[in-house]
Amino acid sequence: MSINIDQVSRRFGTTTALHPTTLSIGNGELVGLLGPSGSGKTTLMRIIAGLEQPSEGRVLFGERDVTRLHVRHRRVGFVFQHYALFRHMSVFENVAFGLRARPRAERPSNEEIKRRVFALLERVQLEKLASRLPAQLSGGQQQRVSLARALAVEPEVLLMDEPFGALDAKVRVELRRWLRHLHAELGFTCVFVTHDQEEALELSDRVVVMSQGRIEQVDEPTRLYRRPINRFVFEFLGETNALSGEVRNGHLALGENAGLDLPGVADGPVELLLRPHEVALATSPSAGARLPVTVSAIAPVGAEVRLELEVTWSTQPWQATLSHAEFERAGITRGTRCYALPQQLRRVDEASGALVDMPLPNQGSDRP
Amino acid sequence: MIARAPKRVLPGFTLSLGITLLYVSLILLLPLSGLFGQLATLSWAQYWTIITDSRNLASYQVTVLSALVASAFNMVFGLLCAWVLVRYEFPGKRLLDALMDLPFALPTAVAGITLATLYAGNGAIGQFLGFQVSYSWLGIVVAMAFTSVPFVVRTVQPVLEELPNEVDEAAMTLGAGTLYAFRRVIFPHIWPALLTGTGLAFARSLGEYGAVIFIAGNMPYQTEITALMIVTRLEEYDYAAAAAIASLVLFTSLALLLAINLWQARFFRRLHGSTGA
Repeated sequence: MSINIDQVSRRFGTTTALHPTTLSIGNGELVGLLGPSGSGKTTLMRIIAGLEQPSEGRVLFGERDVTRLHVRHRRVGFVFQHYALFRHMSVFENVAFGLRARPRAERPSNEEIKRRVFALLERVQLEKLASRLPAQLSGGQQQRVSLARALAVEPEVLLMDEPFGALDAKVRVELRRWLRHLHAELGFTCVFVTHDQEEALELSDRVVVMSQGRIEQVDEPTRLYRRPINRFVFEFLGETNALSGEVRNGHLALGENAGLDLPGVADGPVELLLRPHEVALATSPSAGARLPVTVSAIAPVGAEVRLELEVTWSTQPWQATLSHAEFERAGITRGTRCYALPQQLRRVDEASGALVDMPLPNQGSDRP
Repeated sequence: MIARAPKRVLPGFTLSLGITLLYVSLILLLPLSGLFGQLATLSWAQYWTIITDSRNLASYQVTVLSALVASAFNMVFGLLCAWVLVRYEFPGKRLLDALMDLPFALPTAVAGITLATLYAGNGAIGQFLGFQVSYSWLGIVVAMAFTSVPFVVRTVQPVLEELPNEVDEAAMTLGAGTLYAFRRVIFPHIWPALLTGTGLAFARSLGEYGAVIFIAGNMPYQTEITALMIVTRLEEYDYAAAAAIASLVLFTSLALLLAINLWQARFFRRLHGSTGA
C-alpha cells in the first residue's frame, strides 16, 4: 500500500509541530524519518497512523483518503518505542490481541488464531516463549513480540516509533539486520522514526531528513550521504569539519600562518564544510593549502583511527579519520604537528543555504 | 571475641524502628490489649451469646449490607472520578482533585448531620426524591459512601497514571473498540487497585460511626449499625459485651485487609515478573 501525504500540517496551540508537508511513499518501501527531537518526525508518523489528526491536509493510502478514518480502521501496524505490551497477558495473548479484537463475524476460529500466532512467533523466533509474560523477556525479545503483535492484523502499513532506541547497541544491530530480512520477505510498506543517522542510513530504502517541522531532504542513503542538500543535512548525517573566513583575490587567509587558495571564488565571506574522512594529513603544506594542525587525541574506532586535531584557524577542532595502515605509515602520535589537506570541499551558498561543490586547491607540494 | 553484625550503611535504623514500635505499642497495641483484657472476663459461651444476640445479628446484617452497597457504588463512582482526574485536562481539575479528600478532612459528624439534612423528606435533595433516604437503610448507605469514596479514588489514581497512553493506543491500532480495549487492556491493569480501594472502603464503612448515626434513625432491628451497638453497650457500662462486639468487627476488618494484601502481592509478582519487586 502506498502512502501519500498531501500538504499535511499540525499545530498545537500557537506552536507548529509540522509545517505543510508533502511526501509519497511507494508500495513496499522502507522509509526512515530522521531528525533531531522536535523535528516533527514523530508527529508526522502519528498522523499517518491516525493517532493524531492533521490540522490541515490529507493522508491517502493508495487512492483511499484515510484522513478522517479512525486509527482502528486504518489497518496500520504500530510498534511503539517502549513496546507498549499488555503486561498482564502472555506473549501468545499479546500477539493474538488484534485477531481476538475483531467483530465476531470476521474473527478467526480459535484454532486459526493459534495457528497464525504461532506462525508469527516462529518468524520472530519466540515460539518457545509463548506462555511467558512480557516482564520475563529481554528488551529485544519484547520488541520482537511487539512487532509480531503489529503484524498479526496483517497491516498494509507498518509504522515504528524509534523501534530500537531503547536497546543495547549489539541487540540493535542484530534486530536491524533481522528487520531488513523480514521486510524483504514480507514486502510490507514500512515507515520508521529514528534520530540515529546510522540506523536510518542502514535500514531505509529512502531517508526523509526533517528539522523544525519541515522535510529537508528525501533521498536514498548513499545519495543522501554523498550529496546532502544543505548544511543541516550535512551536519546531521555525520561528523563535520568547518572552515570560515573572508576571501580576497581567490585566497582565504586564516590568521598569520594559515590559508587556503580558492580560485574563482568571489571576494566576501565563505563557509566550507568537509567530512573527517575527506581530510588527508601531510608533513608539509601543499601549494594551495596551508592548514597546520596538532594531533590532540587518537581513538581507534572499528576499521579506522579517529584523530582530533587542534587548530588555530577555526573555532572548532577538526577531525580526521585514517585507515589503520595509513595511521601506522604516518607514525602519528599525540602532539604530532602536521598539515591538513582537504580532499573535498563544499561551500554553503549564503543566499539559499545549499551546498556547492568546490574545486580543490592545488595539491602539489609547496615550493620552498 | 564476639562476632559483630556488620554495621548498616543507612543511618538511623535503630532509632527510627524504636520510635515506630513505641508508637505502634501506645496507639494500637495498648488499647487492643485493653480490649482483650475485657474479653478475658467472658467465657466462650457468654461470648457466643453476646455476639449472636438477635439485635446484634440484625445490626451485622444492616452494616454489612449497607457497606457492600456503598462500596459497590464507590467502586464505580470512584473509578469514574479517578479516570476523569487522570485522563482529561479541564479547568478546575486541581480543585476537583482537592475536593476528593474532603470526606477525610471533614469531621464525620458534620458530614452525617449535613447529609441527614440534605436527604430529609423536606431537605434540599430529599424533597425531590420519591422515597425516604434519611432515617432509613438508604441513609446509612449514603453516609458510608460519602466517607469512604477517597479510598477508591486515591488507590486507583496512581495506578491509572502509571498506565502509559501507548498501551491504549496500541490496543486501538490493533483494531480494538473502546469498550473492548477497556475490558481487556485497561481494566486488568487497574482492577487490583480498584479491588484494594473498594476493600478499604468496605472496611472503613464497617466501622463508620460518626456520619452514620445522624442519618440512620437508629431503629432497633432496622437501622442500627454494629458500631452503635458497641456504643450502646458502653453507655450501659457493659464493657465486656462492647469488647465482644468490637472484637468481631476488628477481626472481620483485619481478615479483610490481610486477604487484600496477600492477593495484591500475588498479582504484582505476576505483573512484574518472578524476580524483582
